[in-house]
Amino acid sequence: MILRRPFFWIILFIAALFIYAPLHGNNVPLREDLILVAIAVILASNLNLMIGYTGYVNFGHIVFYGLGGYMGLYLATVRGWNLVLSALVAGVAVSVCALLFGLAILRLRGAYFALVTIGVLEAVQAFVSNFGPWGRSTGMYISFDAYQPLGGAMRALWITYYLVIAAMALSMILSLAVKNSKFGLGLFAIREDEDAAVVLGVNATVYKAIIYSVSAFLPAVAGTFMFYKNGMIDPSIAFEFMLSLEGIVMLMLGGQGAVMGAALGGGLYETLRSRLLTSPTLSNFHLVIAGGLLLLVVLFAPGGLIGWFYRVIPRARKVIE
Amino acid sequence: MSSILEVRGVSKRFGGLLAVSDVSFSISEGEILGLIGPNGAGKTTLFNIVNGVYKADQGTISFAGKDITGRAPDKVVHLGLARTHQIVKPLNDLTLLDNVTVGACFGREYLDLKAARAIASEVLQRVGLGDRLNMMARSLTIAGKKRLEVARALAAKPKLLLLDEVLAGLNPTEVALMVELIRKIRDGGVSVFMIEHLMQAIMSLSDRIVVLNLGRKLAEGRPDEVVHNPDVVEAYLGFPDIVDKLSREQN
Repeated sequence: MILRRPFFWIILFIAALFIYAPLHGNNVPLREDLILVAIAVILASNLNLMIGYTGYVNFGHIVFYGLGGYMGLYLATVRGWNLVLSALVAGVAVSVCALLFGLAILRLRGAYFALVTIGVLEAVQAFVSNFGPWGRSTGMYISFDAYQPLGGAMRALWITYYLVIAAMALSMILSLAVKNSKFGLGLFAIREDEDAAVVLGVNATVYKAIIYSVSAFLPAVAGTFMFYKNGMIDPSIAFEFMLSLEGIVMLMLGGQGAVMGAALGGGLYETLRSRLLTSPTLSNFHLVIAGGLLLLVVLFAPGGLIGWFYRVIPRARKVIE
Repeated sequence: MSSILEVRGVSKRFGGLLAVSDVSFSISEGEILGLIGPNGAGKTTLFNIVNGVYKADQGTISFAGKDITGRAPDKVVHLGLARTHQIVKPLNDLTLLDNVTVGACFGREYLDLKAARAIASEVLQRVGLGDRLNMMARSLTIAGKKRLEVARALAAKPKLLLLDEVLAGLNPTEVALMVELIRKIRDGGVSVFMIEHLMQAIMSLSDRIVVLNLGRKLAEGRPDEVVHNPDVVEAYLGFPDIVDKLSREQN
């Protein structure tokens, strides 16, 4: 049972900290920082299901976030649905799309799969840029009235913050649950040697498609909340290829394959990035730093921060999963 | 005795190369059938066809009364046909226990994690790796990796086990242990179909032997019949009468 794993409670504790910290003294700047950190953790954790667990590099992971954002925003504002319901429906819809895509493209392996994921991102972006109901390349803007159902813009910002934190906690719990399941063991077997896994009885085609679809759900949900909070969406920010790449850097940095590794990498990278972006001298310099960091990690700590931590304290593996 | 595996007229072509050509044979329940032949004879290809890694161009394969021709490897394992690989395929960054748990989880009984772990540690004891459950598979020696292959296949609770050169690269002590293990597996009611180059071992283990050369079945029979078959001797050594000549010279 997942409740018996110490790390489950650690996740809840982290989520509680995220909720408590900005609430203390109504610290809005901190909240705005933390929501970006939470988004990074969500993206990195779900990407970890593909890269860290299954061994398939998805360069276009951000497509789930952007597409979820579009669908959710459309339902919540144009259709006037409840925000949480819109997010869940967007999540399910994006997951179903991912499942269908996955069954088709996951027959490819290695570099070929990685390349096609970029193609998927480009194709979806091109489609959305020409899709009338979603505002084509200008995207969609939310009028201030759209926040009325949540009791005005001020309250809506806090509510979306809590919802994003919930999605973050769920992402980590999902990673933990998959890691400790039979399904997860099947994925690990695919990562280590797909041919051997199949000979041992793992239905690799179905497993890969399922995890690809599962890894789409929470990013899509989070996309709805985030773009709702921002009040606007357009194709270039929803499907930002750079953010997709940065997701991979986060994973490498924190340590792929470990729940805490993905979360740590996401959190640290985003913190660093926002510092650099807002610094007047170093603005836009963050990609240079990201590249340098990636190089250092790949060369000297292939297991990322968490891998290094496990090496120093091997017993930590059992608690910090 | 009823037969567990029935292979009829199987052929497989890779481009211009006819790797396996019209091969037929059967394995009885509880039998150890050896498969020998010079390098490139098509032995491993035949294994790959039997467990579904390759699709046969022609012919049929039935296992335990079911037609399994063209069925994917993961489906074949569920029916109770497990195998090892000549070139070992350990799941490197998983522990030995996890490696074997995969076999038990997705094998014939499709066990849940907890039951699979219990079976896995029991099987690892049986193959002599019981003291290294939490070791990473990558750090095993080649002999250890071969045992791990056998353990993973055994954990699937197969009715028929395909062993692809599990003795190659082992030292004499390790060979003796492995031969003993294979006997025990058979005595536990599992039929065995094995490829082996180590003549002494396969001659003593097998009930019957099939000889493959250039993709065709050259001979089939009891081990002592097969070694004296002139076609077999020619395939291996080039001269059909070399055995007689050598034994005359020795006398």
